[in-house]
Amino acid sequence: MTGSRAAILVEGLEKWYGKTHALCGLDLVAMEGTVLAVLGPNGAGKTTAVRILTTLLRPDAGRAEVAGLDVVWHAARLRSLIGLAGQYAAVDEYLTGWENLEMFGRLYHLSKFRARHRADELLERFDLVDAASRPVKTYSGGMRRRLDLAASLVISPPVLFLDEPTTGLDPRSRLAMWNIIGELVAGGTTVLLSTQYLDEADQLANRIAVIDHGRVIASGTSDELKAQVGRERLEAVVAPGSDLEAAVRALQPYAQGEMRVDVDRRCVTLPVTNGSGFLADVVRDLDAAGARLDDLALRRPTLDDVFLTLTGHEAEVTEGDDQIERASGRREEVA
Amino acid sequence: MSIVSDRQAGNLQPLQRSPLYWALADALVLAKRNLLQIPRIPELLVFATIQPVMFVLLFRYVFGGAISVRGTSYVNYLMAGIFVQTVAFGSAATGIGLAEDLHRGIVDRFRSLPMSRSAVLTGRTLADLVRNTFVVVVMLVVGLLVGFRPQGSALGWVAAIGLLLLLSFAFSWIGATIGLTVRSVEAAQSAGFIWLFPLTFASSAFVQTRTMPGWLQAFADHQPITAVVNGVRAPLLGQPLGSDSWAALAWCVGILLVFVPLSVSLYRRAIAR
Repeated sequence: MTGSRAAILVEGLEKWYGKTHALCGLDLVAMEGTVLAVLGPNGAGKTTAVRILTTLLRPDAGRAEVAGLDVVWHAARLRSLIGLAGQYAAVDEYLTGWENLEMFGRLYHLSKFRARHRADELLERFDLVDAASRPVKTYSGGMRRRLDLAASLVISPPVLFLDEPTTGLDPRSRLAMWNIIGELVAGGTTVLLSTQYLDEADQLANRIAVIDHGRVIASGTSDELKAQVGRERLEAVVAPGSDLEAAVRALQPYAQGEMRVDVDRRCVTLPVTNGSGFLADVVRDLDAAGARLDDLALRRPTLDDVFLTLTGHEAEVTEGDDQIERASGRREEVA
Repeated sequence: MSIVSDRQAGNLQPLQRSPLYWALADALVLAKRNLLQIPRIPELLVFATIQPVMFVLLFRYVFGGAISVRGTSYVNYLMAGIFVQTVAFGSAATGIGLAEDLHRGIVDRFRSLPMSRSAVLTGRTLADLVRNTFVVVVMLVVGLLVGFRPQGSALGWVAAIGLLLLLSFAFSWIGATIGLTVRSVEAAQSAGFIWLFPLTFASSAFVQTRTMPGWLQAFADHQPITAVVNGVRAPLLGQPLGSDSWAALAWCVGILLVFVPLSVSLYRRAIAR
């Protein structure tokens, strides 16, 4: 289903909030039918980027096209081709689930009949039939988020923007969201997913753009990003009473760099060639050397490692940064 | 998968109509949304009704005895002021509602939809017009219970009601502008009312302006509330429509001409939270 045309194309996007430089020349590309994850801490500019791409905010410089339409010059036409769902479930609290979906259908300019039919269909699809006639304020967090996502899919838009779709959800609801997003992409929808969860990007995205302070600091597939950080590591924990030195000697030929031995934990760590094909050989050689193992593991670099290496700070970011982005959003308004 | 295939089948194509059609149709969809909310937050309507009832009782029984007016009983004089005050204060609800929508992020979704840019505001001001009408009817009943005895022709009633509704609609747009400017719900709650106090009390709503000091009278005689109160009061008391009715009409039209474009332009730039 992956197309050869770009569904989202962003070049040199700049946005200032007063004196805060929220986007400093952001570049992004998402091909049709793929998922692009925009990964970054709070305050990195993810939400600003999504707002510009969904025509809510005008960029100060640079260019952005979605579904072949310029987000500034063809904003009105573009709105019929996109869906937006976010971390703040933007549905009406006091209306029922059905009333919300019917209303959004009408506002997408479906006929009354189609809007109603579509509301029924989406409630069924998102497992909300039982709650259809209850006001949304009685919904759980996961149900609200599903309704929010359903509302963004009313016209089945070819391009979907999900701004931190699983922030604050429990693991089960998160998994349910991931399944739905996966099905959408299988159906040909292009998705831009902003997230601060590394595993989410890893799980869902074809390509990942890591952003920090309003610019892309790395991009590629999950594997490419991990490769930037380093090789896989083999960790062998040698059983007590077994010969640790013999194990070290047996592992030496596999080391693609410096081997470390933690005598207290009886743990040997060595960088290895990527791929797991050699593991059987390792086990046989250790066995031949008379070393018995408690544990043997191949550790891949995680996106956490990627983030730490690229930005020099952890992916988890304090409340403070979040407040800066919100405060600057407010400043924009007054300007 | 059905979510996607429906688009391919063309079932989810938007209807094609003129922008004017959508401005109206979208506004009605949103007016319906705001009206559906009313019975689900009954406390809002209850308090919106209790407050003017308190004013009726306060002025009828506490202050009324000390206020003398020419030509009619005080309660007959008072009710036009109460009607106008009720719809004027109702305009704060428009701003509070919009500030809430901004705060909850639903405005982000509305602004990402291919709907008319003015519809969120028109829908809310229309719904508030309906709500205000309901509250005014309640006030009329309360007034009749405490001795209000209106006279006037059917035509006079039509003129009075028309003017009241027009003021309600016009002031709602001022409320909308305030809500979109201050943006936080709490600020909308105070900012939405604060400007209404001098305007309603330094007017002919509760006392005749000739009893005020000269400088205040000059203000009171040349502001919209006085014009509308006089324009509503005269026909309800069976008096002929005077120049105040035309002044009131001009004020309302003028307010709409300024605040409709102003609030729509604020809305277009509004960002949630």
